Amino acid sequence: MTNLSTTYLGLKLKNPLVASASPLSKKIDKAIKLEEAGVSAIVMYSLFEEQIIHESLELDHFLSRNTDSFAEALSYLPDGGMYAIRPEKYLNQVAGLKKALGIPVIGSLNGVSKGGWTTYAKRIEEAGADALELNLYFLSTDPNLTAAELETAQVELVAEVKSSIKIPLAVKLSPFVTSLPNFAKRIVDAGANGLVLFNRFYQPDFDLDELDIIHSLDLSSSAELRLPLRWVSILYGKVNADYALTSGVHSANDVLKAMMAGAKVAMMASNLLHNGEKVIPSMLESLQTWMKEREYKSIEQMQGSMSQKNVREPAAFERANYMKVLNSWRDLP
Amino acid sequence: MSKNIIMIDGNEAAAAVAHRSNEVIAIYPITPSSAMGEFSDEWSAKGKKNIWGTVPLVVEMQSEGGAAGTVHGALQTGALTTTFTASQGLLLMIPNMYKIAGELTSTVFHVAARAIAAHALSIYGDHQDVMAVRQTGWAMLSSGSVQEAQDFAAIAQAATLKARVPFLHFFDGFRTSHEVNKIIQLSDEELRLMLDDDLIRAHRARGLSPERPVLRGTAQNPDVYFQMREAANPYYAAVPAIAQEMMDKFAKVTGRHYNLFDYTGDPNAERVMIIMGSGGEVAEETANYLAAKGEKVGVLQIRLYRPFSVEHFIKALPKSVKSIAVLDRTKEPGAMGEPLYMDIVSALVEGSKLKVEGKASTFQPSNLPTVVGGRYGLSSKEFTPAMAKAVFDELSKPEPKNHFTVGINDDISNTSLSVDSSFSIENKGMVSCVFFGLGSDGTVGANKNSIKIIGEETENFAQGYFYYDSKKSGTVTMSHLRFGPKAIRAPYLIEANQANFVACHQYSFLERVDMLKYAKEGGIFLLNSLYGPEEIWDNLQQEVQQDIIKKKLRFYVINGYDVAEKTGMGGRMNTIMQTAFFAISGILPKEQAIEQIKYAIKKTYGKRGEAVVAKNFEAVDATVVNIYEVKVPAKVTSKTTRRLPVPNEAPIFVKDVLGQIINSDGDNIPVSAFPVDGTFPTGTTQWEKRNLALEIPVWNEDICIQCGKCVLICPHAVIRHKVYDEKALADAPETFKHMKSKFKEFGEGFAYTVQVAPEDCTGCTLCVEICPVKDKTAVGRKAINMEAQPPLREAEAKNWDFFMELPDVDRKLINPSTIKNAQLLRPLFEFSGACAGCGETPYVKLVSQLFGDRAVIANATGCSSIYGGNLPTTPWAKDVNGRGPAWSNSLFEDNAEFGLGMRLTIDKQKEYAEELLKSFEQTVGTELVTAILSADQADDAGIEAQRGRVEELKAKLEKSSDSRAKDLISLAENLVKKSVWIIGGDGWAYDIGYGGLDHVMASGRNVNILVLDTEVYSNTGGQSSKSTPRAAVAKFAMGGKGMPKKDLGLIAMSYGYVYVAKVAMGANDQQTLKALLEAESYDGPSLVIAYSPCIAHGYDMARSLDQAKLAVQSGHWPIFRYDPRLAIEGKNPLQIESKEPSIPFSQYAYNETRYKMLTQMNEERAEELMKEAQQDAKSRWTLYQQMASMHYGNGDSESK
Repeated sequence: MTNLSTTYLGLKLKNPLVASASPLSKKIDKAIKLEEAGVSAIVMYSLFEEQIIHESLELDHFLSRNTDSFAEALSYLPDGGMYAIRPEKYLNQVAGLKKALGIPVIGSLNGVSKGGWTTYAKRIEEAGADALELNLYFLSTDPNLTAAELETAQVELVAEVKSSIKIPLAVKLSPFVTSLPNFAKRIVDAGANGLVLFNRFYQPDFDLDELDIIHSLDLSSSAELRLPLRWVSILYGKVNADYALTSGVHSANDVLKAMMAGAKVAMMASNLLHNGEKVIPSMLESLQTWMKEREYKSIEQMQGSMSQKNVREPAAFERANYMKVLNSWRDLP
Repeated sequence: MSKNIIMIDGNEAAAAVAHRSNEVIAIYPITPSSAMGEFSDEWSAKGKKNIWGTVPLVVEMQSEGGAAGTVHGALQTGALTTTFTASQGLLLMIPNMYKIAGELTSTVFHVAARAIAAHALSIYGDHQDVMAVRQTGWAMLSSGSVQEAQDFAAIAQAATLKARVPFLHFFDGFRTSHEVNKIIQLSDEELRLMLDDDLIRAHRARGLSPERPVLRGTAQNPDVYFQMREAANPYYAAVPAIAQEMMDKFAKVTGRHYNLFDYTGDPNAERVMIIMGSGGEVAEETANYLAAKGEKVGVLQIRLYRPFSVEHFIKALPKSVKSIAVLDRTKEPGAMGEPLYMDIVSALVEGSKLKVEGKASTFQPSNLPTVVGGRYGLSSKEFTPAMAKAVFDELSKPEPKNHFTVGINDDISNTSLSVDSSFSIENKGMVSCVFFGLGSDGTVGANKNSIKIIGEETENFAQGYFYYDSKKSGTVTMSHLRFGPKAIRAPYLIEANQANFVACHQYSFLERVDMLKYAKEGGIFLLNSLYGPEEIWDNLQQEVQQDIIKKKLRFYVINGYDVAEKTGMGGRMNTIMQTAFFAISGILPKEQAIEQIKYAIKKTYGKRGEAVVAKNFEAVDATVVNIYEVKVPAKVTSKTTRRLPVPNEAPIFVKDVLGQIINSDGDNIPVSAFPVDGTFPTGTTQWEKRNLALEIPVWNEDICIQCGKCVLICPHAVIRHKVYDEKALADAPETFKHMKSKFKEFGEGFAYTVQVAPEDCTGCTLCVEICPVKDKTAVGRKAINMEAQPPLREAEAKNWDFFMELPDVDRKLINPSTIKNAQLLRPLFEFSGACAGCGETPYVKLVSQLFGDRAVIANATGCSSIYGGNLPTTPWAKDVNGRGPAWSNSLFEDNAEFGLGMRLTIDKQKEYAEELLKSFEQTVGTELVTAILSADQADDAGIEAQRGRVEELKAKLEKSSDSRAKDLISLAENLVKKSVWIIGGDGWAYDIGYGGLDHVMASGRNVNILVLDTEVYSNTGGQSSKSTPRAAVAKFAMGGKGMPKKDLGLIAMSYGYVYVAKVAMGANDQQTLKALLEAESYDGPSLVIAYSPCIAHGYDMARSLDQAKLAVQSGHWPIFRYDPRLAIEGKNPLQIESKEPSIPFSQYAYNETRYKMLTQMNEERAEELMKEAQQDAKSRWTLYQQMASMHYGNGDSESK
């Protein structure tokens, strides 16, 4: 029997297939199905501090609007309830998932305020999460803000969060960093136990009829695997952290590639959202079969085996590789 | 038992007892009693139990008539049952009240007594409603304060169970129902002790049950009905003693003792005032004050008005009394006197013959005191100590005036007493504070909080009362707070020169509101100022400077706007100004005050999330360091003066009457200034410039395509467009904008302008949202964009005046079938007091444009009757020919019938006119007669031609002395087409007025019904109607409405001969226009149901166009037209104009707080209801599709 087990952030996992942050964790029954289908851990959807603030202020605004203005209608909506404004809702969900599942539950947090990150990190820990993933998403639109300033602020933030919690901490990174290895190193030095590559950003589109900006959610495809695959390969062994590869994981082959690049786990969302948990058993089976056919004894055996430091041609991951691809296109008949 | 001291209002006080002592509560919203139903619904939704440990069942009915019927049924089957109502609502309960009393049924109805709609509607308090039910056989118990509203609710409940006679417990609407005062809370244990379980079981046992079948409600004949009507007499005879017994029991339980008649004042009084309700408190305080000064005066307060106990009355009245004034808070035109007066006169006469405790009565028939009656306080008219004193003074006269009025200047019938307005009663140590706020800035909420803090956290007694003006947007609110070491029994507003503290929470009010008239000498004035302590003085008006100097006021400023912006408070001044009030007034030590404010913030906003609390905390802290005292110079230096309420060029009635009302001085207008029958001139809002908008739309003529959509959507008719002869531009103001007209049909040489009325705009931005043009170089810019109002105000006001002087395009030349052309028609509904961004008014305005010059409008009570008809100024207007909509509001429940009546008049008078016309054929000529009788009036040109013919006819008949000719002249206007519009909201059309609406549709008559469907009772604050969609939260549906929205359109279509359209202007304006034109052209009943976004939906109204689109796309609001004329042609009459639902219902719904808040309150239920609501949309679509694809034959008669 091939050994599919792996460790990630110190957590012992039965296989490297983890459900990444997605709406799937919003439902306990869905999460149970994911566990039953075979995922080894679940990363929860993100707690967005900005959204909590927005929800709270929005509710307050609309419950307060035009109140006490007109003698016949001193308010326009009933205001008697206790409102489960996140974070309560989120924290209850962490606790609920922990209770319902045997597999580790990893919380995910995207903060905005200084105090928000640490407060919510602590509360997610208290709610029972096995680990925490920080969703570091900050899009700079200010020409006066330098990369160095921004990176330093993020590194400090990671250090602050790390010092406020005891559970392991992973940081989900953006690929848009000038020197990713350096930034990754600083993040790990600041206390991150793991790095999750990469955060996938939804990009706005233009509607040419309405001359408007539109937002739509596009699920990932296997082709997107290349970017994180390349960077996990590059970082593996250079920056000492547990890597999680996410974006573009759709098949057993994608998982194998992730492992060979150096990831401890491969995280999957789009395929699960699109096809449901039924894809998991067949993926795990294909993984087994592939490994068996090629006589791999364990996942661990292959982890990092095709990272930059372990391949014959390390330059393949660098700029030369780019030239080669272009050439190969030209060579086509 | 420990006493719990609380600060609550009368509605909450009464409802808290009613909810705890009943099993079934049937409710229907009506101001000012709605809050009692809302509290009950909320408490039951939260699982709050009654004193027996079960949660009362609360059900909303379709009308007060329905609520009374339900209550009757529940009582008949043995449940402890109650309801709450007021005014017309109580009148609708009358038939059931007779039944309930006739069947000797124990129940209490709690009434926030309110005026009755007569010459006009009024939501304010008096006793007209309760006096209208005094004959129904109910016991009537009157409360005069918040404490009593609670206590008497309990006493009434206890008494009815023993007496079996139903009790009407009433207190003054607004004055008591909405006054916040410090009371001792009645505990569950105390209430439990008041209610006898055996009596409750007896009540239950009398309930109908098949286990012990009986029959009630027989029909009887002359032989026995009378006797049975008398059979219950002993029960009525026993009520006074039982009520007193329960009052005595209550005293034992709580220590608070009441009597059927409570006397206060000099025990040997010679002059006595007899009164009920909150006015009694004023009278008592005044009498005590005067008695202490040696005057022989007193007050007899009536608690139990029915059954009236002569014996108790005689016992309570001092023997020394020589003259009595009976004050009625009601009006009974034509009666010898108002009811309480008549009762007292009779009681004295009867009492003089009565033996009391075996002895002859104090009063002998030969020596009865003088009794006069007077009216006071109608529609919450102030009743002050000065007025009470005027009554006592009158009684000193040898022949005091009878049937007097007090509180008004009746210079027609000379009924009024003169009042010395400088008289006031000292209440040592009492502090009075007046606050002026903007409706939406949170001032009232903050003051409710402040008075709660003062009342509950200090030893002080405290009172809060809040006054609102009549518009729905940009309203001025006044908060009157009093506190001090003695109990506050002052149910009247703080008067001029009485306020220790005056605060102005909106800087712009200073230029139009005289607020410092309230300030006491040496008082404090706090201003939310745009200017700092150094600059403010030079920016004050002369009158303000003068008052500050003369009254030696201590003057403080805070830039609350700046604090609000920095702390994310937006337009909410509540926390900031509340903090400033505590910081300056020194009521509590600063630290304690801040701690209390923060505690209150947490309590009020904590459940809405931490961010809200944090924001408010930040505002508190930022306020404390930003308050400055201003060094007041010795002299007035200002060059500016306060603005006139209306410009000098306004018509005299507008200036002298409406202007004075705008100036908050309506109380001083004499009776003679008013119309005698409630008839008012139209087109008066144009004179009331409210300057509400901080930003107004500015037209960009470079890219405008002249589509007219901005004009269409503007809820307040402040954007207009015009095509005019370009020669007129010669006289145009310098900044007047124009472009070449693109309206080819009018030919060359025409200019075009879009103009904004800068002082009437509310800044809602809908015009910008609907503008379809985007600047090619920067798509964020449109052909109309918002810019700051102040720098534009003066120039644009001139431009507006010039624009309005430009002639309108002749209606005859306009084909209204396109938006751009229809919008050239002058709106005859303008500058209403509707909310900014109102979703109803664009439809109303469009009707006024298309048909206003020939429209008669029946308007159901609701938002549209309030923004359409509330004084001071009203929005229905006239065209240049002096024609325009003639508008009236009858009631809430009868609007369809009211409109039908209008149609019948027109039809009958037209018929009669035609008959007369034919008889004058020889006089006026066959050609004219034929032309008039066969006129095609399908369009404006046809109508105009007919108007010409009618004028010709009148001219020809003018000299005739034949009385039939005179009749024809007086009826001839009916030969010109008139358009009857029946307008109202969903509360009317789906619920209370549905029966009438259905009948009027069935009548086949040519009426046009416009339902402004906001899916809730908007005017009374968002209660659920049958139009409320499933999954939405509304008042009375706090847990989310579990049933689907009623499909009114489908019901109407089932008649086959009713024109039905469902429209959503924001989604498809052209379809809306088409539907209205078709509806009006259809010679039969037409029903147009209009999607009307409302602030009660809980989203930014600027997004309402997008929401309308989503409503249609999700299938929630399919748009269609059902035209019976098509069936005659053999075509399917139903034309669905929306596409198959393309987005989930949730995508539409969850943009609105009314749906979203359920996910935050009860996610599981929200999900379940959302699933069902999705299915509702799907099923509706499927059904409509099938209906639209039905075969309708070939047009022969059988296929109809």
